[in-house]
Amino acid sequence: MRHTKVVTLEEAILKSGLKDGMTISFHHHFRGGDKVVNLVVAKLAEMGFKNLHLAASSLSDVHAPLIDHIKSGVITKISTSGLRGELANEISHGLMKEPVVFRSHGGRGSAIASGELHIDVAFLGASSCDELGNASGCPRSENAKSICGSLGYALPDAKYADHVVVLTDDLVAYPNVPKSISACDVESVVVVDSVGDSSKISSGAIRDSKNPRDILLAKQAAKVIINSGYFKEGFSIQTGTGGASLAAVKYIRESMIEKGIHASFALGGITAHMVKLHEEGLIGRLIDVQSFDKVAAESIAKDQLHQEVSAVEYASADHVGSAVHALDIVILSALEVDVDFNVNVLVGSDGIIRGAIGGHPDTAEDSALSIIVCPLLRGRIPCVVPKVTTLITPGKGVDVVVTEYGIAVNPARPEIAERLKAAGLKVVDIHDLAAKARSIIGEPDALPFGDKVVGIVMDRHGKVLDEIHNIVD
Amino acid sequence: MEIKNAVAGTLESGDIMVQIAPGEGLQVELQSSVAAQFGRQIKAVITETLQGLGIDNASVKATDKGALDCTIRARVTAAAVRATGKDVWKD
Amino acid sequence: MMFVPGNNPGMMADAHIYGPDSIMLDLEDSVTMAEKDAARLLVHNALKSIDFGGTEMVVRINPLNTPYGKKDVEAVVKAGVDVIRMPKTETADEVRELEAEIVKVETELGCVGRTLIMAAIESALGVVNAYEIATASKRMMGIALGAEDYSANLKTQRTPGGAELLLARESIVVAARAAGIACFDTVYSNLDDMETFRKEVELIKTLGFDGKSIINPRQIEVVNEVFAPSQKDIDKALRIIAAIKEAQAKGSGVIAVNGKMVDRPVVIRAERTVALAIASGILDKEEAL
Repeated sequence: MRHTKVVTLEEAILKSGLKDGMTISFHHHFRGGDKVVNLVVAKLAEMGFKNLHLAASSLSDVHAPLIDHIKSGVITKISTSGLRGELANEISHGLMKEPVVFRSHGGRGSAIASGELHIDVAFLGASSCDELGNASGCPRSENAKSICGSLGYALPDAKYADHVVVLTDDLVAYPNVPKSISACDVESVVVVDSVGDSSKISSGAIRDSKNPRDILLAKQAAKVIINSGYFKEGFSIQTGTGGASLAAVKYIRESMIEKGIHASFALGGITAHMVKLHEEGLIGRLIDVQSFDKVAAESIAKDQLHQEVSAVEYASADHVGSAVHALDIVILSALEVDVDFNVNVLVGSDGIIRGAIGGHPDTAEDSALSIIVCPLLRGRIPCVVPKVTTLITPGKGVDVVVTEYGIAVNPARPEIAERLKAAGLKVVDIHDLAAKARSIIGEPDALPFGDKVVGIVMDRHGKVLDEIHNIVD
Repeated sequence: MEIKNAVAGTLESGDIMVQIAPGEGLQVELQSSVAAQFGRQIKAVITETLQGLGIDNASVKATDKGALDCTIRARVTAAAVRATGKDVWKD
Repeated sequence: MMFVPGNNPGMMADAHIYGPDSIMLDLEDSVTMAEKDAARLLVHNALKSIDFGGTEMVVRINPLNTPYGKKDVEAVVKAGVDVIRMPKTETADEVRELEAEIVKVETELGCVGRTLIMAAIESALGVVNAYEIATASKRMMGIALGAEDYSANLKTQRTPGGAELLLARESIVVAARAAGIACFDTVYSNLDDMETFRKEVELIKTLGFDGKSIINPRQIEVVNEVFAPSQKDIDKALRIIAAIKEAQAKGSGVIAVNGKMVDRPVVIRAERTVALAIASGILDKEEAL
């Protein structure tokens, strides 16, 4: 090869022109197995950088080492879709001076594309990459070890960042095509031992939930879809990865076969369940921003009708060509839903951040029918409440809430309520669900929030939607 | 009333494990996944249940996994019955 | 009738959301000796506090000849249980003994006659005495087969076809019908074999049972599907009931549908079909009225 971009991590950082106070970015396709964030930030700390803004598509339990880098001033600002584990706990208790900025996946894509979220240097992990920077989440050699499939959340970073560094644990011969990230967008390639722990990147085969409550909720959700008026030839669908969501796909499949109905496409995070329906000819195309399991990652590597999309193409509010605008039905989960159908998927009932916004508000707002599936109670924690702890998805985008105690329909969608009632489903007032929860668990005390703002929730159009305050023990 | 060490309940979801030991006055130490919202109520239910059984001196350690009030009452009573050897039912 | 272990508070609080016709909280076989006291308190408090949404609540107590049985009766009657299920019933005298215990507690509470009895027949002697057991008390609402103990008592074991249970099942149905009470079949424990479970439910429906005992919410749907009457049956039943109402309104003793006289057994079957359709969730209660 006459040209190569392969350098060490330190060389790549020096070459990037990164300075104190700049913004670095990461993707979360390696999920709980990610090694890139910790590796790069440790190197930046070692090299003496301070005051950096870390803009990740999401962060999880594995990123607890960031706590020390925040304390030492290497990282002073974070933008992300979610936070979990010890890092989330510390931040909820006021670890950072500056609040964390939370955006949905579509909102992040829009903000990067518009320049509102400007990225100076993107550090993007890839399952395979050639010496010039053509990178992919698919395996391209016998040595591939960290496979994630779609790189959809990394694509806006690759396209819009001033400087792009690809990190890979499998350097392959040019040309590494089909590619997700183009060599034309990449400045440096860094070869590392491992970009991710494959056992924590994704699970293996389909596991059907045997939890009877999940099955009950899934059956109800499937009945809602089948009788909603949107279940017809050529419909499109997106589901989450919760047990009930996945099980619902199973019951929808039975009805599709029985009635001879086919879906035009499935969108979003793609799972083994969706791949199965696609391979059976029940779903025409899979539009994949994130491959949730091994089956999905293998499918996207070989199947022309299973296509990767960027976060912008998936869910941007600014781009009317984004896929959510064509989406008919979405099944979503929730930590809390309130009587105005507002949803919280980010902050736990103890006031501590423990989730991610994901594509929740994007899909809820732009789909024709959004269905929230959640139990009325999780132990003694109520999921239907008078007012959500933190507003993530405004109620005007939420149409139906499915619980084990009945189905609530947004009063703005009376036609859907009528269809569900006609099908014999138990449609109830959402106020009655909230009251039912209270009657079982009692009246909870107010959470001990402090005065410090630890998080700011941006809506998908770039406006501040809510603030998260520190929790006091 | 004389009290021995006793325990009732499990650490399964929706349950509460209650340990009772001799003590001065009623002391309740609570560990709960829902302490922020329900800790005060859980302690009140434990105290009221013990007082209802005529126990005013005991040290209680409770590990809660999201139990409802009726479960807390049942587990506290069971631990108290075991601690005092005095059943609430006729023989 | 869904079985729920009496020492598991999480399962108890949830049981009714799956829509079983009745819930049986168990103090007997699913509770170890060391936990009998705690389970009894748990069931007592659950019955008093939890809103089971109108589901019929049954508690299986320990036999009266154990140190637990009488305390179980006191605890559940005081909590207002609908039905006490008596395990391993072999004679009518045992039923009368239970009734006496119930009356003792009910007298104290001032609510004599509130608690019903269901007898589980789990031995050869119990099967031979089925009719006497079924008629031993006016509180007796139904008899049920407990197949595990019964097949052990017969010195055989359970098979997928259930040949070993045939006589017991038929005897129990006949005794229940002769006594004018309900009858319930035993549990099927292999949750992963829904096909055999369905066949068993079809068999016991044909034999005449009113219902099946289940151990997991996942089994409810199969039971409801098998026991659900067809739309044709429901329509016919509704027409018969409408004709009865019309005849009553006219003060006429003769009931006719499509010009044909309707006999008493046909009326009874029509009422039973409508009740089943409502219980299976096919027919709305208001629609039926």
